[in-house]
Amino acid sequence: MSLVYSGVLSHAPGITGRDHLCENTEKRDELHAALDRQRQEIEASGAEALIVMAAEHFANFFMNNMPAFCVGIGEKYSGPIEDPEWLKIPKTDVPGAANLGKRLTKEIMQTVDTAYAEEWKFDHGIMVPLHFLTPRYDMPIIPVNINCQGPPLTPLHRAWAFGEAIRRACDSVPEKVALVGTGGLSHWPATPDSGKINEPWDREFLGRLERHDKEALLSYTDEGTYRDGGQGGFEIRTYIAAAAAAGGAMDLQFYTPDLPIFAVGVCTARFEIS
Amino acid sequence: MSLYYLQKFLYELNRDESFQEKCREDIAAQFDGFDLTEEEAGALEDGDIGLLYVLGVNGQILMHYAAFLGIEWFDYLELMREGIDKHGQVRDGVYTMTGGGDAFTAEDPNK
Repeated sequence: MSLVYSGVLSHAPGITGRDHLCENTEKRDELHAALDRQRQEIEASGAEALIVMAAEHFANFFMNNMPAFCVGIGEKYSGPIEDPEWLKIPKTDVPGAANLGKRLTKEIMQTVDTAYAEEWKFDHGIMVPLHFLTPRYDMPIIPVNINCQGPPLTPLHRAWAFGEAIRRACDSVPEKVALVGTGGLSHWPATPDSGKINEPWDREFLGRLERHDKEALLSYTDEGTYRDGGQGGFEIRTYIAAAAAAGGAMDLQFYTPDLPIFAVGVCTARFEIS
Repeated sequence: MSLYYLQKFLYELNRDESFQEKCREDIAAQFDGFDLTEEEAGALEDGDIGLLYVLGVNGQILMHYAAFLGIEWFDYLELMREGIDKHGQVRDGVYTMTGGGDAFTAEDPNK
């Protein structure tokens, strides 16, 4: 078995970019502690590379050629594409894992038609997680994207199948690989509704992950998610794929709806690998 | 309405530093190849966040563009609300305003 860690975390740009505007610093510090715990757990897993399964925001993919899935097979990447002063993360290079990425992609493609890319510009969806999880940017990264932005979106059951394919691919290589899915719970990002959070919807979704309830997780519709979880709720695809890759129940390590300046209900969690 | 090309223009701008420099010098001179309406071109030339939002530009694209323009966060949110007040509800896409113009962030000085 070479998938040694699977978890999820939030990536909203406000977590770093609007940290200076946060008034609930006690809760903010709890979030930072949870993210640091996640960093330590990934390091303790012995992972040699980290898959960051993200829901990118038109940094690389547009409606001229939008893949349902994409895996990075580049030697190196760069980011953030956003104004570094706005995101409060300096522009940097990030090492890739080209050879491993190609082998994983070859195996994933046995069951899921994924695109692949040797070029990839990281936006906040990957840079915010890396800022906390690999702050020295010394862990080889394999970026992965699921289309959560440009409708028609990747169907949830295909996101699940993609997660299972990633798991099978990871288990076929000798390297130890960690994976994080990163995206929203409910949120209405980049709109005047920014800061709106539907806590009951978040907790219901998190509960389904905790129970590893595949049927319930795949029962969401885009219409219902848009109504109850906002545009950002479409990013549950990354959590669902991470759950499928892990195969086990989720241990919710942190959740709060009380940091609306970050514009999302933020969480960290780890799955049982089974 | 050519929302596709409007968003594609901003997509290219957001991810390409050399294109950003050209746009800073003369944004209208970069419109060749993008099938924009007069209203869309004007919104880009004016950096009119409110109108771009109403025209349906995806919030993730618009947010990055606002950062490029140096617009502070709460000003960005307010510009979108002003756009709704002036031009009506968002005309296309999935980033419509659903909260009635309310602010949802306690730290929001406008709340």
